[in-house]
Amino acid sequence: MKQGKEFGEEVLRLDPERETGRICARIRELMLTRVKRRGVVVGLSGGIDSSVTAALAVRALGRDRVVALEMPERHSAQETLTLSGMVAASLGIETAVEDISGILEAVGFYRKYDEAVRMVVPGYGEGWKSKIVISNNIDHPGFTLFYVVAQDAQSATSTVRLPFKPYLEIVAATNFKQRIRKMLEYYHADRLNFAVAGTPNRLEYDQGFFVKLGDGAADIKPIAHLYKSQVYQLAEYLGIPEEVRKRRPTTDTYSLSQGQDEFYFSLPYEQMDLCLFARNNGIPAESVACVVGLNPEQVRSVFRDIDVKRSTTRYLHLPPLLVDDIAWD
Amino acid sequence: MSLQKDIRSFIVDNFLFGDAGELNDDSSFIKEGIVDSTGILQLVAFIQEQYLVAVEDEELIPENLDSVSKVAAFVEEKQRLALENGAVVGEAT
Repeated sequence: MKQGKEFGEEVLRLDPERETGRICARIRELMLTRVKRRGVVVGLSGGIDSSVTAALAVRALGRDRVVALEMPERHSAQETLTLSGMVAASLGIETAVEDISGILEAVGFYRKYDEAVRMVVPGYGEGWKSKIVISNNIDHPGFTLFYVVAQDAQSATSTVRLPFKPYLEIVAATNFKQRIRKMLEYYHADRLNFAVAGTPNRLEYDQGFFVKLGDGAADIKPIAHLYKSQVYQLAEYLGIPEEVRKRRPTTDTYSLSQGQDEFYFSLPYEQMDLCLFARNNGIPAESVACVVGLNPEQVRSVFRDIDVKRSTTRYLHLPPLLVDDIAWD
Repeated sequence: MSLQKDIRSFIVDNFLFGDAGELNDDSSFIKEGIVDSTGILQLVAFIQEQYLVAVEDEELIPENLDSVSKVAAFVEEKQRLALENGAVVGEAT
């Protein structure tokens, strides 16, 4: 940020036309010189990030060189396919639908997940829904705690703190979803001689909100440098359908509807973006507080959370580590 | 084995591959990068199972769990309160 310029929402404002041109030029350059494939597969979730990634790929490479995969499963939100189909239609790209419920059933995901939840909610099973949420570390500073929220067939809900073993079991089982989707993306990429475009935004990439070898895997990640609010700005410029732009970010991973800020981030993305920007640019908590509607101590708490997540998830970005480095040239 | 030694031994075995290195009983688990949020869950599971104490949400804070000394003091206090309330405390065998 330039000296003397006050901190506010405008720090994240970008010139969508210019940024689109810059990203598209870079996509073409990377595909030609590094990736050496002539098209991309994008997993379309009906969310803003994958929609913008697909739209950028179409602009960069042409609609015939982009294939969208829609990969719902039985826990996916009902509107997921409608929204992803809407995006694909608006971009005029080929799509393939791969319902991954059968694969998840075959690897035992649904059984393993239900068994893990039953460790803390004994009655959990057929007709129930659930999601995982995190503790509010801003108002109650401490270690991050994880809870399962379970809803029975009569819509009565209970929230139970997750101990070590069921927590790991639930996370491990749920990661099947992202890894199976990525496996299918690479299947289609291989059969088409295409590459895979990943869809993380900067918050997700920086804070490690992805599954290693799942949604974290890709050949190119065109929007990983953009804050979420900037992705929305590009979405409007690129003509992403309004229904997608108006939808709140969701993980679409658990059977109960779950916002990203319930599961991973301390704050809704508008505030989280500003806090991450401030952390990255050395802006003091006092200057950030009034802009994001928190007090300085709460902002410092968010800064600490950013640092902890960076540190604990950094290994997710690492390639396999070797005992001795091997030079390529 | 004293409570403090017992907890230290758990930390060294589970998080440091058995090599205590520079760890002392006041080393911050978080600042030293010894235990992350998932590790804290493992530590809590250990003290709940080993010392038969319940750990409430509001007690899961660095002041109680961020060093060997703090964990030992926390467990001792939990056991003392349980004794006052007439509960049977001890170690799981």
